[in-house]
Amino acid sequence: MERVDQIIDKHECEASSLVQVLLAIQTENHWLPMEALERVAERLQVPLTRIQQVATFYKAFSLVPKGRHTINVCTGTACYARGASRVLDMMQDLTGLKSGETDLDLKFSLEKVSCPGCCALGPYVEIDGKTQELTTPAEMAEALKKFE
Amino acid sequence: MARINSPAELEELRKSILSTRDANKPCITLCSGSTCHASSSKKVAVCIEEEIIKQGLSGKVDFRKTGCHGFCEMGPIMVIYPEKIFYTKIKPEDVPEIISQTIMEKKIIERLLYTDPGTKEKIVHEPEIPFYKNQMRLVLGPNGSIDPKSIDDYLAIGGYSALVKVLTQMTPEQVVEEVKKSKLRGRGGAGFPAGIKWEGARKAPGDIKYVLVNADEGDPGAYMDGGLLEGNPHSVLEGLIIGAYATGSHEGYFYIRHEYPMAVENVHIAIKQAEEYGLLGKNILGSGFDLIVKVHEGAGAYVCGESFALMTSIEGKPGEPRPSYILPIFKGLWNRPSVLNNVETWSNVPLIINKGADWYAQIGTETSKGTKIFSLVGNITNTGLVEVPMGTTLRDIIYKIGGGIPGGKKFKAVQTGGPAGGCLPEHMLDLEVGYDELKKSGSMMGSGGMVVMDEDTCMVDVVKYYLEFLTGESCGKCVPCREGIRQMLKIITNITQGKGKEGDIELLEELAALAGNVALCGLGKGAPSPFLSTLKYFRNEYEAHIKEKRCTALSCTSQKV
Repeated sequence: MERVDQIIDKHECEASSLVQVLLAIQTENHWLPMEALERVAERLQVPLTRIQQVATFYKAFSLVPKGRHTINVCTGTACYARGASRVLDMMQDLTGLKSGETDLDLKFSLEKVSCPGCCALGPYVEIDGKTQELTTPAEMAEALKKFE
Repeated sequence: MARINSPAELEELRKSILSTRDANKPCITLCSGSTCHASSSKKVAVCIEEEIIKQGLSGKVDFRKTGCHGFCEMGPIMVIYPEKIFYTKIKPEDVPEIISQTIMEKKIIERLLYTDPGTKEKIVHEPEIPFYKNQMRLVLGPNGSIDPKSIDDYLAIGGYSALVKVLTQMTPEQVVEEVKKSKLRGRGGAGFPAGIKWEGARKAPGDIKYVLVNADEGDPGAYMDGGLLEGNPHSVLEGLIIGAYATGSHEGYFYIRHEYPMAVENVHIAIKQAEEYGLLGKNILGSGFDLIVKVHEGAGAYVCGESFALMTSIEGKPGEPRPSYILPIFKGLWNRPSVLNNVETWSNVPLIINKGADWYAQIGTETSKGTKIFSLVGNITNTGLVEVPMGTTLRDIIYKIGGGIPGGKKFKAVQTGGPAGGCLPEHMLDLEVGYDELKKSGSMMGSGGMVVMDEDTCMVDVVKYYLEFLTGESCGKCVPCREGIRQMLKIITNITQGKGKEGDIELLEELAALAGNVALCGLGKGAPSPFLSTLKYFRNEYEAHIKEKRCTALSCTSQKV
């Protein structure tokens, strides 16, 4: 909660900075807990309903805890043309998750993203921000086992 | 860094920077743009730094981590100056050899050179590679030679000289006239003449006005704005300052999508450096003109690329568009006059000021002037960022620069303009790219996405892909978009699953006409375009799906073959 206060202070308690404040919390904490939202509402003098509206509108925000590792599968048009939907199917099979879901022991979250701008590497998959080389499903399953 | 108080002091600084640089000194530039970064250019950079010290070359060779060179397919890319030796797909283990052979002994390492896939010939120098030879890199050019984190690098290539010219020799009205005369049109998609927009904002009543950079590049498969901001943020910033001077604004915003962390970082650094030099802030270069610039990160919403949605988002609200009875140049951000231009539009401005509107207006076609950066991606041999004069044919871009379709497959379609654009078939390849030419053909320029699709792509599935994307991105404010796109997606999904019925095409056409005419913003209005253009050029595929339950590209999995 102290950290939330620091973030709010950095943005000078301005109501118009709401999106920026939430984004900073999301980036650090990987999700937006209710206590944090209440604190933001109190400090920025913005009704909690407005905050809920913003937090559910933008895709970057999550109101539920996310896994320790995030698998991003790019489904932008360039990757789509290079077979991203089959890659997404493979990752869904291997993790047992659908895109947008997190497993029960909070290990992996699987996300569909639209274009981080690495079209030359498509179909593009990244885990925790690092490029994941595409291999056969069996090898990929081995690679996933290495994550704690 | 000392603050610069006058144009004369800036020129002195420029001279002193140039005096420390020797054009003949070897300089290694390594692409550190997003794609190369993702393919381990960071590790290569560390190796180069270590190896330079290890081989005793400190001070004798310069090393620069640059932005995107454009030829992403071959990344990580290294160019060695002054000869412009071009090495591709560099791995950390190649570095010691490059330093000892190429830098010290001036020997070329054959295996790292680019091989022309047609002639099998190895090409040594960057300008001789077909990918670069056939381009006109006015805006993207400096990306390959400067360190985006260094304002001195930008000053060394003549940066901020357009700003000096504007502040010392031109009135705001003259700047607006010059931009109008250049016929520069907005590079974000709509193609509205920038000069006319500026003039409107200049004349709009109100003391407080804003200038905004639209860097919410949401079109999936397009990354030219990201590439520019990562590689040359000062050129965009210089354009923005000139625009602020011309329109009488004292506050500016960069709206950058958070999926581009490197662009966000480099823009922050650029703003800080410009402030320290006195190129931003109070009394810029002693001219009495003030401007502060802030960065606002987008939180992941395609619709925020729309002008009103973007402004609502900066205000800290959900990014929903407003009805556009009153243009943003009169009532935009916080209901005040606002000029919103795309990244690429802004970075064209210093060029126009430096070289003159007449020079600029001779490039391109009658109605589309200058160059355009395209993000050439999909089933194409040379994926990358491509800058060509307006009026270049699609065939030249795809075959001469792009190197054609890989894997011996046949070309099927090229998709331009993103989710609001359309797919053009092979017989349209001789079309010259330009705002009006593309529009007439049923597609659009958009922000410059160009996705090439080979014979294995099912056009009905492509439309399904775009409708799925847009269903998820529709903000939900207006019914034609929220419900219309959803219904279209339902029907198209049925068609791809072999459940298509007679009359589906007509129903889709009806829905498309409705959404296209009455949706609130460009997202809904443009949503039917992929469907309408594929129906125009690939009607047989729809009919094969519906009547014969057959997918001609053998791509829809639940169809009978």
